Amino acid sequence: MSFLVLERLEKTWPDGTRAVKAIDLAIEPGEFVVLLGPSGCGKTTTLRMIAGLETPTAGRVLLAGDDVTRRTPAERDIGFVFQFYALYPHLSVAENVAFPLACAKVARAERDAAVARVAERIGITALLAKKPRQLSGGDQQKVGLARALVRKPAVWLMDEPLGTLDSSERLAMCEFLREQQLEQRVPTVYVTHDQEEAMRLADRVVVMAEGSVLQAAPPAVVYSDPATLFVARFVGSPGMNLVEGELVDGGGAFRTAGMARPLPLAARARSGPVVLGARPEFVRFDASSPLRGRVAVDAFHGPCRYAHVEGVFGRVAARRGAEERASLGDEVGLAFDPAGVRLFDPATGGRLA
Amino acid sequence: MSAPENREAFVRPPALELRGVTKRFGAGASAGRGARALDGVDLVLGEREFLVVLGPTGAGKTTLLRTIAGLETPDAGSVALHGRDARALAPADRDVALVFQNFSLYPSATVRENLAFPLAAPARRLSRAEIDERVAWAAKLLHVERLLDRPAKKLSGGEMQRVAIGRAIVRRPKLFLMDEPLTNLDAKLREELRVELRELARELETPVVWVTHDQAEALTMADRVALLVDGRIVQTGTPEDVYARPNSPLAARELGTPPMNLFDVERKDERWITADGVELARADAGAPERATIGVRPEHVLLDGGPSDAVVHVVEDWGPSRVLFAHVGAHALHVLAPRDCALRAGDRFRPTFDVRRVVVWPRA
Repeated sequence: MSFLVLERLEKTWPDGTRAVKAIDLAIEPGEFVVLLGPSGCGKTTTLRMIAGLETPTAGRVLLAGDDVTRRTPAERDIGFVFQFYALYPHLSVAENVAFPLACAKVARAERDAAVARVAERIGITALLAKKPRQLSGGDQQKVGLARALVRKPAVWLMDEPLGTLDSSERLAMCEFLREQQLEQRVPTVYVTHDQEEAMRLADRVVVMAEGSVLQAAPPAVVYSDPATLFVARFVGSPGMNLVEGELVDGGGAFRTAGMARPLPLAARARSGPVVLGARPEFVRFDASSPLRGRVAVDAFHGPCRYAHVEGVFGRVAARRGAEERASLGDEVGLAFDPAGVRLFDPATGGRLA
Repeated sequence: MSAPENREAFVRPPALELRGVTKRFGAGASAGRGARALDGVDLVLGEREFLVVLGPTGAGKTTLLRTIAGLETPDAGSVALHGRDARALAPADRDVALVFQNFSLYPSATVRENLAFPLAAPARRLSRAEIDERVAWAAKLLHVERLLDRPAKKLSGGEMQRVAIGRAIVRRPKLFLMDEPLTNLDAKLREELRVELRELARELETPVVWVTHDQAEALTMADRVALLVDGRIVQTGTPEDVYARPNSPLAARELGTPPMNLFDVERKDERWITADGVELARADAGAPERATIGVRPEHVLLDGGPSDAVVHVVEDWGPSRVLFAHVGAHALHVLAPRDCALRAGDRFRPTFDVRRVVVWPRA
């Protein structure tokens, strides 16, 4: 049985805006689920309904089989981690972290041990005697995270908890959250707009846009087999390359604007208008290709580079070796590795193949 | 072309030149004792160069920009703009444009009014037609033409930041100073604007000092990166150079995600061994006896090494996977191909691509 179930969950604001549109989602015991989407997609509203901080206008929230839709947050045994923490200014860091345990009347010795353990893991041991006002914003955020993670609730809800950290701190915190998850197996719903963070953390990524769930699948599936054009574009950095055109020759070739001849593809069953998608690692320079453009950007990314090639068809990024420089303005041909080609319906945005 | 050392920079004075700039804050600052926000900073910016100053929170990035803009006065050292000593120039006369991470717009004014505002000062003596023309030009470059009649408060975060940058470019300043302008935006929008703003700067042919804690901005946008740590510039160079050849372990830690793996080692014959006895990789016979060695996660090979490592977390990074592992008691990050089958709990025998290992002698 799923541990946390959202059933036709809906939120309409008083002005008529449908922030969340009848979503269904089942979270398994121990699963780490990330709600991913741009600002305004409904991910935070969904999280707040799970927490009991917003009342759904329709649908139900089931926790361990119980309908908790009308229960208060306190009645749900939920650990909530926010982007911005309100720490108690008069308490020390140690007292702040211990607070949820003190409320739960956990014995002193056990409390101290739990605080010491989480503080060490998050890297705030040296700060335990300080007051919140003596800390930087990033350190305050770590203290907030430690306070949330010191207790083991039935479910953790996390709303961009790493939002204000530097990238190196963020990396360390992601690693920490992942380890924490492997050890404790507390089901977690985590909200972010950052697809890299979602890919790193999730057992399952739930991509949302305009109040609806577009795809809910493991990171590798969302990445390799996006269900819609939106998911293809939103996941990946840069996102999937998308070129509008048509399948010709009985589906065996692809044609787009500005091509002297069509580009052969592995045979497809249909012809007609399509959007061809390919991740940058499946695009290579090929002097003989009829798909031609000019190098507009050649961006170094550390382990690799991305050459952005602009043509009549739009822009396509190719992932290349860190030392394979491309000269701006050069005309190049582009070819797609057949294994990486995905086709979408331009009318609906859905996947064809 | 990214040509940091273009010939012009030598013929004409650089767009910006800082020599030994030091700035102290706090108790005793005026007596030369306060905490140093900037400590002897030297920087040269060529015409049309895009310089990214990368550093963690508190490194002194904002103080650096404010000092260039004339909003702070250095306690020591000099700032020259296009060959002129900046002390002689009031902030308003420096002809620099600052863009902040918090979108500074007039909320009830329209986008058009916001863009026109910096041009409306009587001292600029621009005609109505000239102002309209510049506003239209900036709106087109930043793709906000369809928003011109919308009040600023109705814009999304990304739109606001475009307009804020538009407000900076309408004046056609001689230098842009950008203070983490993408920090408050969604990740996807940041990625798009990185590409777009880099191209914009190239079109405008105006030099830029862009400060950030975001490595992706430093790697992908910069002609040259300057690493700022605790008020000091620890290394400058092209992104490729600073990434491949950090000049110190400190510089190595600043750039790269996941970060470069660093180990304090001793050389036993032709092997690198940690103080607690873990053999890591082959060493050149001529290498120093005691060293810190660095290897990027993408240069760790998964097999054929001398010691066992254990994977404890695997993350999916799209085209690749990142393994968080331990070799002995030492953390090891590995950037592995997407089809890597290792899972948490698995063992492997890592080795390093020895041509890529960076060695710093240690006392």
